[in-house]
Amino acid sequence: MTGIFPWLILFLPLLAAAGITLFALDHRAVSARLSIGAVVISFALSVALFVHGTRGETRFNWISLSDGAASWIVDIGLRLDPLSLMMLLVVTGVGSAIHIYSYGYMHDDPGVGRYFAGLSLFTFSMLGIVLATNFLMLFIFWELVGVSSWLLIGFWFERPAAADAAKKAFLTNRVGDFGFLLGIILVWAVLGTMDFGQLQKMMAANPALIGNSTIGIAGFLIFCGAAGKSAQFPLHVWLPDAMEGPTPVSALIHAATMVAAGVYMLCRVHFMLAADALEFIAWIGGITALLAALMAIQQNDIKRILAYSTLSQLGYMVMTVGLSGVGGNPSAAMFHLTTHAFFKALLFLGAGSVILALHHEQDIWKMGGLSKKMPVTFWTFMIATLALCGVPPFSGFFSKDEILATAQRTSPALFALGVAVAGLTTFYMFRLIFVAFTGPVKSQLPDHAHESPAVITLPLVALAVPSLLAGFWGIDRFYASQFGTGEAEAATGWVAQLTAPFAHAPGAAFGGLAAVVIGFLAAFALYWNKVQDPLPAMLGVVARWLRDRFYFDELYAKLIAATQDALATLADFVDRWLIAGLFVKGTHGSVELTGRLLRLVQTGNLQTYSLMFVAGVAVLLLFMLIR
Amino acid sequence: MNDFPAITGLTLLPLIGGGLLLGLGADHKTLARRLALGVSALALALAVTLAVNFNPSSGGLQFVQRLSWVPGLGVDYFVGVDGLGLLMVLLTALVVPLALLASGRITERVPLYCALVLLLQAGLFGTFTAQNFFHWFLFWELSLVPAFFLIKLWGGPDRGPAATQFFVYTMVGSVAMLLSFLAIFLATGKFNFTDLAELSQTGQLDASLAAKLNWTSLSPAALKLVIFGGVFLGLAVKVPVMPFHTWLPTAYAEAPSPVTMLLTGLMSKMGVYGFLRILVPLFAAEMRAVITPLLWLAVITIVASAAAAFAQRDLKRMLAYSSINHLGYCLLGIFVAVKLTGADPKLAVEKAAVLDGVLLQMFNHGLTAATLFCFVGLLEQRSGGLRGLNDFGGVRKVAPVFAGLMGISVFASLGLPGLNGFIGEFLIFKGAFPLVTWATALAALGLLITAVFLLTLLQRVFQGPLNPKWSAFPDLTTAERWIVAPAVALMFLIGVYPQPVLHLLNATVLQFVTKLMS
Repeated sequence: MTGIFPWLILFLPLLAAAGITLFALDHRAVSARLSIGAVVISFALSVALFVHGTRGETRFNWISLSDGAASWIVDIGLRLDPLSLMMLLVVTGVGSAIHIYSYGYMHDDPGVGRYFAGLSLFTFSMLGIVLATNFLMLFIFWELVGVSSWLLIGFWFERPAAADAAKKAFLTNRVGDFGFLLGIILVWAVLGTMDFGQLQKMMAANPALIGNSTIGIAGFLIFCGAAGKSAQFPLHVWLPDAMEGPTPVSALIHAATMVAAGVYMLCRVHFMLAADALEFIAWIGGITALLAALMAIQQNDIKRILAYSTLSQLGYMVMTVGLSGVGGNPSAAMFHLTTHAFFKALLFLGAGSVILALHHEQDIWKMGGLSKKMPVTFWTFMIATLALCGVPPFSGFFSKDEILATAQRTSPALFALGVAVAGLTTFYMFRLIFVAFTGPVKSQLPDHAHESPAVITLPLVALAVPSLLAGFWGIDRFYASQFGTGEAEAATGWVAQLTAPFAHAPGAAFGGLAAVVIGFLAAFALYWNKVQDPLPAMLGVVARWLRDRFYFDELYAKLIAATQDALATLADFVDRWLIAGLFVKGTHGSVELTGRLLRLVQTGNLQTYSLMFVAGVAVLLLFMLIR
Repeated sequence: MNDFPAITGLTLLPLIGGGLLLGLGADHKTLARRLALGVSALALALAVTLAVNFNPSSGGLQFVQRLSWVPGLGVDYFVGVDGLGLLMVLLTALVVPLALLASGRITERVPLYCALVLLLQAGLFGTFTAQNFFHWFLFWELSLVPAFFLIKLWGGPDRGPAATQFFVYTMVGSVAMLLSFLAIFLATGKFNFTDLAELSQTGQLDASLAAKLNWTSLSPAALKLVIFGGVFLGLAVKVPVMPFHTWLPTAYAEAPSPVTMLLTGLMSKMGVYGFLRILVPLFAAEMRAVITPLLWLAVITIVASAAAAFAQRDLKRMLAYSSINHLGYCLLGIFVAVKLTGADPKLAVEKAAVLDGVLLQMFNHGLTAATLFCFVGLLEQRSGGLRGLNDFGGVRKVAPVFAGLMGISVFASLGLPGLNGFIGEFLIFKGAFPLVTWATALAALGLLITAVFLLTLLQRVFQGPLNPKWSAFPDLTTAERWIVAPAVALMFLIGVYPQPVLHLLNATVLQFVTKLMS
């Protein structure tokens, strides 16, 4: 019976999207019900599969062409293993909260139907990535995620900024996908299959394969795709702009879908990443984590701060994938992905609640004093912040600790970087808390603010629970079972679980904690009860660099504009002047000129003819005489 | 079914229809439209019947009809279709009614217009089914004449020069091709493609060329290369391959939109079809001799046309260059499939993938490009002829259905999975990348640039603040929705489940591959 469940989980959101698009675009209640219903049922079915402990694959031939020597088959199939099962829960669970919240948040927008159709399409695409059994299927849904994000980031398409951001997200992803597609084709050509299960068997049977240079190159190319989706340096530029979409969409992109896809895919194909590629991945992740954390400390838009925070945390995850080593266990990355999904969704939804209360004001320097006006939003936001900072016993503590422990084991440099990022994270998050929620009121807007309705606060509370407790649920061990490396037996009891990290890898645990304390104290010293940012005065030009995001966007814009202009102008010039002008018109022109000249001769006048005849004779005579 | 001369009927149907319409008085507009639509609908029904009765497990010619015509000159009336021909016939049968339905803006000399469209269809049917050079060439040229008049009489302000350039340019290519075939005929006395392919396969073609044409004082290899060059030129102009493409943007832009649909959807396929039907079977060795420049030509065609499309400010010119780009992938695929020989079964798999991709891409491009030009026509109809990239803005707000359906077509064109364009392009790249790595990697840049300019198109036309000029921009009417709905539905259908189409093609492709391996 459970055989049909994975198909239902995948296709219910698609049915909802199609149904809304065809029949219910103008019916806000119907469209919301369809979309929310689909994702909630998918969640329930995922829970059922999880409890039932289903494993295995179902598949059918999508394309199969065979005759004699030439034959090839592409399957569409769904794969259930610890990795995909847990991810299903995350996508549909966090997704459900966001869908419900959306109903409150988007209630007055005239495009509600279109919004929910997009949301359902997004969920469908992400579920496809999670369940995919082979590279091609993964790539198909990968692109569908791209187009869904284009639709939703550009939801308010009348705003030029939103339209730009949507295009930027799609195209930046497309740059990564350019590599990804070639990588997939390379794998298919070299190993003869795209099926994850078969590839894994092949790799296990022949460990020398991982040293194959072509496989190594394929690993790099595949990482390009992940770098695009998970917004890793240097393709990170789209994610902060993506907040031009409605806030629940940001929550969905940053937590449950899209950016999670890159890390998930890296874990899915971890078995075929070679040592060189992994080292590269680790450093890209580390650099992203640090750069983004630095940029975050000088942002003033509440969503932008959270966006850079996402970038930074994704850097952590990607770094962990890289550090786990060939044939290693990247479950720490997935663990952090999961806890991050809970608390980052919560942060964005909390920010949305604030934005709604302040009539779409997003500048934290115009907020202040919201902790009293919006207690539910504040306390849930606080829980998420503590989880993000990695304060025990919040969920983020456990996952970040595993990351730092992995780094400590393998790379001192990246460990130091990881600890520094932990400190920066605490600093910028408490800057946000102190400026926006506590501290003096900085404009008139917060005076009129009041708590959001239940349809918004209930999802906040629902997400606060796992943000607080997910560290105790054994998610890490569940993921680890995917990678077959025997983890130490789990500690039993809450206290034992809480102290285990300190006993297991004290350097990482205490280092992380110290960074949190330092970050908090620094934020407290600088921002407690402040009405103005003291940092620009202290740092001068550095602060401006941080605020302007190290000018990556400007640099890219210039570069792209220059190349495109050059290419386009060149192509146009060659076309217009060289080929069409010189060759075609040239041929045409010389033929015509010859014709015109010859026509002059044909006057029809007898005297002219006889004159020319005489002249001709004279020339001939002259010629003969000289000879 | 095989007794009924279905293909002859298919070609005669629009020919007779066109002839009848030519005799119709100029004021019978509605009657002319209905008649033309009826004829093209009948042709579509006939084409679908062909497809249903087609035996997909055989890669050879089917529905063959062969009569001796001018025996002394080796001229047979010889028609038949394999998977490739059938696909092109289906595409023609599909796009022509679509173009007729989209011809609402044509109000002058309607019967003549309809007649010319039907004559063009007859030419296309003939080209895609003829198996003897003599009457293949007849149809090839026949299709040119109505196209010329369609541009010349109903085109935009620069229609005169555009039509002339189109005609002369194509004619030069055709003459070169004709001369080449005359040389071949002098040497072999044969015009049938299948016979010639066999002669080429066994090496007899080279031998007889060397024997009969020794007066040219060229070495046999050089001689055949020259002959190949002539045929190549004829086809390259038609596709077009850069740098033989300059007639295209002007012709596409000046032609009325429904005619552009026919030009890009169907006539551009004649070139690619010729590559597959004539050039590859007859001149595979010559293609291999110059394969590196050919691959470069394909890569340049792909990348440069995409870059040029990006520079355009006229929607039609932009889509025209985009068309060149999409057909560039077909050429890349063909060249790659020709390049390598050997008995490695892995090679055969990749080649089959490439050629499946090429054939599918031909069909997909025909469908998608025609639909896109149809939308541009609808835009022009609403804007009173304006079609600049920056003439619109924010139109999605007032015309959401228009924006949605055109958006789907644009995404199909940029190769979004789930829509038709992806499968063909993926298969081409899947096969080509392992065989000719660098050229394919470079060509993949084209995919990237295409995404850039197509998204820019969507953004400029549909997104951003609504241009106040278009606050009364009408959305698609119900009738218009029904015109484009089948095309859009087909995009989804092929994108989601390409197996039936691939199934039709597979045997043909495999036969192709077998011949190419030796």
